[in-house]
Amino acid sequence: MSKFTHHIQPPSGFSLAVKELWQYRELFYFFTWRDIKVKYKQTYLGILWALIQPLGMMLIFTFIFSKTLQIDSGNIVYPVFVLAALVLWNFFNAAVSNAAESMILHAPIIKKIYFPRLIIPGSTLLVAFFDFLIGLVIFFVLCLYYHQAIEWTAIFYFPAGIFVVVFSAFGLGTFLAALNVKFRDFRYTLPFLMQLLFFASQIIYPLTAVKQSWLHYLLAVNPMNAGIELFRSPLYHTSPDMQVVGIGLASALLLFITGLIYFRKTEAYFADIS
Amino acid sequence: MKPAIEIRNLGKEYKLMEAEPYLSLRDVLSNTAKNILRGKKKRKNKFWALEDINADIMPGERIGIIGRNGAGKSTLLKIISRITPPTKGEAFLRGRVSSLLEVGTGFHNELTGRENIYLNGSILGLKRKEIKQNLDEIIVFSGVEKFIDTPIKHYSSGMKMRLAFSVAAHLNAEILLIDEVLAVGDIEFQKKCLGKMEEVSQQEGRTILFVSHNMDSIRNFCSKSLLLDVGKIIHQGNTNEVINSYVANHLQTQAQKQWPEGIFSYDKNIKLRKTFLHTKENKITSRFDTTERIGLSFEFEVLHHQASFTHGINLYNQEAVNIFNSHDVITAKENLQKEPGQYKATVWIPGNLLPEGIFTIGIALFSANPVDVMIHEQNVVNFEVFTDFSKSNARGRYAEDFPGIIRPLLDWETIRLG
Repeated sequence: MSKFTHHIQPPSGFSLAVKELWQYRELFYFFTWRDIKVKYKQTYLGILWALIQPLGMMLIFTFIFSKTLQIDSGNIVYPVFVLAALVLWNFFNAAVSNAAESMILHAPIIKKIYFPRLIIPGSTLLVAFFDFLIGLVIFFVLCLYYHQAIEWTAIFYFPAGIFVVVFSAFGLGTFLAALNVKFRDFRYTLPFLMQLLFFASQIIYPLTAVKQSWLHYLLAVNPMNAGIELFRSPLYHTSPDMQVVGIGLASALLLFITGLIYFRKTEAYFADIS
Repeated sequence: MKPAIEIRNLGKEYKLMEAEPYLSLRDVLSNTAKNILRGKKKRKNKFWALEDINADIMPGERIGIIGRNGAGKSTLLKIISRITPPTKGEAFLRGRVSSLLEVGTGFHNELTGRENIYLNGSILGLKRKEIKQNLDEIIVFSGVEKFIDTPIKHYSSGMKMRLAFSVAAHLNAEILLIDEVLAVGDIEFQKKCLGKMEEVSQQEGRTILFVSHNMDSIRNFCSKSLLLDVGKIIHQGNTNEVINSYVANHLQTQAQKQWPEGIFSYDKNIKLRKTFLHTKENKITSRFDTTERIGLSFEFEVLHHQASFTHGINLYNQEAVNIFNSHDVITAKENLQKEPGQYKATVWIPGNLLPEGIFTIGIALFSANPVDVMIHEQNVVNFEVFTDFSKSNARGRYAEDFPGIIRPLLDWETIRLG
């Protein structure tokens, strides 16, 4: 008799089931591989698209906010200032939006076969992360182009910034994915939510430009601000605003836990309602 | 030895939704608001799709699950496959499980045949190493070697099916759960797949749970069966016994109907006694293959005085669609006066007209001019039409779901233009 035994029973309690996720790691890989492959097969420009998109946005933002509206980015040039935030934001935006849609997109498979459902939003996150790595390369090239020095502290701060953004994207993405299955019209509010988050993040402006202290605290709750803060401080050669980082980290972890628990609690019924 | 599948008091309750299976935020908000204003709670209809299911399936056994639509067959399979959770009870599965509720799950049109083998195999629970080992065999089995590196959006549906099926036929799980997927594609390829699965099954002692509407494949494939009806197991045991009990009690075909007291016309002059279905050799039966002529006869008596009347039939399918009504215009034209005595009228439904399914007949006696209905009885006899692949029918060798209200054999002609 084989070592595999499944015990099927009504769902109760909450479990992370990490062991099971590990057993299904190959499927995780294949979903990610499929999405990356299909994405770049379908577009005419292929992988170039991952280069053009952040660069194009950077140029537009530089023109509008720096040249026209003259937003002050301090002692670093605006293109570097904005791209440091954009690579993080593009990842967050893609990861959350795709994760939110992913369960509905996979409804036909969910109804026909079992696997840990967390693999679906998880692999969309990984696909977005692949684009993020390309964006990061562009960012470093741009720093070289503008002779922008990056302080050695980036060795800690960059991974810390990525950590904050990945955890909050995963949390929000899984939460919205589960919510989208249950309430099918929720998806229409998603673009509005993302737009709100975009302006609530210090992408086109520095957080120091916000003078009201209550608003400053409120914005710090958005974990994107902590991520961007951690990314920009090695460029300014200053240490990051630890208040912003601390609040952002806490809210990232809260998002992560909330999203994960809500997803795990509802996933058993996805096949019934999707 | 412990059973490979052990099912204990398994049950599944569904909430009956009015229109849509999922909620919309708008409805929830507006309904909540309404309910608060009116002060009443929304009533939910619940029903048990499965109740008190118990079964022990030993390693190496192949069990068929039969029952009408909505009997709970697929729900049972979905719970055992862990796609949906039970509401109560439990089940133990001992061994690696693969479920095959569909072939080609997760196939992506932009990917090549080879890439889809990996993707689909992985979704079905194969390890990458195992797929790699069997890759050549899967490709050869599918018969699409030439196009294996072409995106499958360029495949015909038959090619996709064959590719999907050869992945499925190479699954190596100890427990295999199969739902209705064998009614697929070309009949010869289907047999080849069943053969392959059987080969694997006998060599390795694989346990199989098999849901199908096709009694013949259940008979060929499974030694034991479960019969489900409205969510409960009502019969389990030897496949032939279970199928016989299913056909006798549940398909509800009825080749003849007799009225010992008789059915009378409004003027009490005509008495209908008996209706029956028969082949052209006059054998009474309720099963016909699609190519056969179906004979319907009814016997009646003219009691007191001569009368002039004719006959008609109504034919309905399983979904209660009225497929056709037809009047006997030959008898009507002759407009004969029938002397008191006993009569039998026979009508022939041509072969190659009806598709597979269960059909119901209603009969009528009426005077033709002016039209005046004397006797009209609905739901008099029922019969089943099935496909006999050894005969030439409008399906050809195509074994998949082949819908349509009727299935005529048409004249085709192909000429060369240049």
